[in-house]
Amino acid sequence: MTIKVLTANRLRDGEVVWYGADGEWRETIEGVLVARDADAAAALESVGKAAIRANLVVDVNLIDVEDRGGELYPLRLRERIRISGPTIDYEPRKTASA
Amino acid sequence: MYRYDEFDHAFVAARVEQFKDQVQRRLSGELTEEQFRPLRLMNGVYLQLHAYMLRVAVPYGTLSGRQMRRLGHIARVYDRGYGHFTTRQNIQYNWPALSDIPAILDELAEVEMHAMQTSGNCIRNVTADHFAGVAADEVADPRPFAEILRQWSSLHPEFSYLPRKFKIAVTGAEHDRAAIQVHDIGLHLKTNEAGELGFAVYVGGGQGRTPMVAKKIRDFLPAEDLLSYTTAIVRVYNLHGRRDNKYKARIKILVHETGTEELTRQIEAEWQALKESDLKLPQGDIDAIDSYFRPPVLPQRPEGWGALAAAKRTDTGFAAWVDQNVTPHKNPDYGVVTISLKPIGGIPGDASAEQMELVADIAEKFSQDEIRVSHEQNLVLPHVALADLHTVYELLLADGLATANAGLITDIIACPGLDYCALANARSIPVAQRISERFGAAERQSEIGELKIKISGCINACGHHHVGHIGILGVEKKGEELYQITLGGSADEITTVGEITGRGFSSEEVVDAIEKIVDTYLGLRTGKDENFLAAYRRVGAAPFKEALYGEVSRAA
Repeated sequence: MTIKVLTANRLRDGEVVWYGADGEWRETIEGVLVARDADAAAALESVGKAAIRANLVVDVNLIDVEDRGGELYPLRLRERIRISGPTIDYEPRKTASA
Repeated sequence: MYRYDEFDHAFVAARVEQFKDQVQRRLSGELTEEQFRPLRLMNGVYLQLHAYMLRVAVPYGTLSGRQMRRLGHIARVYDRGYGHFTTRQNIQYNWPALSDIPAILDELAEVEMHAMQTSGNCIRNVTADHFAGVAADEVADPRPFAEILRQWSSLHPEFSYLPRKFKIAVTGAEHDRAAIQVHDIGLHLKTNEAGELGFAVYVGGGQGRTPMVAKKIRDFLPAEDLLSYTTAIVRVYNLHGRRDNKYKARIKILVHETGTEELTRQIEAEWQALKESDLKLPQGDIDAIDSYFRPPVLPQRPEGWGALAAAKRTDTGFAAWVDQNVTPHKNPDYGVVTISLKPIGGIPGDASAEQMELVADIAEKFSQDEIRVSHEQNLVLPHVALADLHTVYELLLADGLATANAGLITDIIACPGLDYCALANARSIPVAQRISERFGAAERQSEIGELKIKISGCINACGHHHVGHIGILGVEKKGEELYQITLGGSADEITTVGEITGRGFSSEEVVDAIEKIVDTYLGLRTGKDENFLAAYRRVGAAPFKEALYGEVSRAA
């Protein structure tokens, strides 16, 4: 089945975060809390709402992922890009003077 | 250039203080996201996929060296060393922390800039021809009127909660470089038979999911009536524009549903009540604003003619750049330089902090301290003496800013797309990069000639795909990126919305599809002087569809 994880952006700096198994919002998807059934998904949703109320995060979403041999793979490209960052070489080349 | 007076300084400073307080209250939890969101949007702060995004207004695309240098400084200190120039002549920073934004706004205010009304359902940054004040084909500089509109529309209490966003563009030349017919209001500055200055007024243009070409509702509006007439238009829209459906809320839908004739009648009736009010612009006020935009006194530099010819003979790269990126200035000893932000395989519109600082230096030394941002995501040095062109070229070349492709197939407009944008369905930038690489050889680009490719990553059309000679729209289908192609769009004085060719193409297929279209054009054009758009208008879509989809398309 499709499993779910909870993701958001941190309020203060907008950084992409995932809700970890340790109950903390973390900057990588490794070690996230995975909801494998409807009850667990509902519990994660409540965690998200509480985190919004606590002004820790914004734009909270429960997203669909697949477990691919232990690696979590979001089904939507949008979410994969949120993990990896822009798919382009976006940071400028440093010039000689930099 | 316009300089803030005491009122402007106090106004912007007060706004920064207000937003500082709002950010503080948000961070402390006193304001919820729901309460804060409309406030941050009114100050140009979005939340994108990876971070917040701050959009800074560049009014009518005009900047001084000091301002550009500050934009570079902000990129370096508060962001990741770069910024993105947009199709509305603004700049976006992709990675600022919310907690840093008040400090950024302080930095901007010091150089007479701000981020107000770069988002939200209000009158957005007024855009103008990027060659304003220097183009040889211009009747008058449209920027004084854009500045008057900016002052009038800034935090206008009646127009702060419009049904939807509202965009105004102004041009002062017959050849429209400001895409006025795809704006909510398009103003074409012209003179009447008596030699008086006024505007042809267009209303209801726009792109997005329902692209429409604006309707001309007045052939000549005296300049003194600019604000009363604009108020009448926006007031009628504010009253009758739809608020029940976000996708039908722009004025273009109101024009469409009401009918141009009836809506014009309503606007004219409203205007009659306003015409002789305080909104009538006294000539003294127009002159006062106009004085900020007086052309600089340019020393005669006739030696440039010989120097230019000699340098072109010895430096072929320079010669190609001059031919493609330098356009005539009103003063024959000077040229208007387009700095391409489209290096081959690069990211359209992005500039590093170092590049911004370099452009600032060059503008101060060689372009009367003026820079423009074009809606085509390039920069412009408006006043460069022909005698200085080679020096300017070499300085730009050293920092990757001398790509000789203005107006060519690799001068692609692309929105940030799914690499950054929370609204996007597909990526735009990587498609632009691959097209740029495919066609990047100088001889090939030159052979193809003028061709505008515009790419959007969703139907909101920030990448102007509807008006690309070749437009590309990214959508998501069954979890994959798919690209629809439109042909024959344009956003000049003969504005047309491109036609969809047929089924879309996968990310892997789309560059080949573009190549087929280009090869088809090369095969059927009457000669090199018939550019892509002219050829398309002559032959229509059929040969291109056949090339893309084969014989089946004939029967379909």
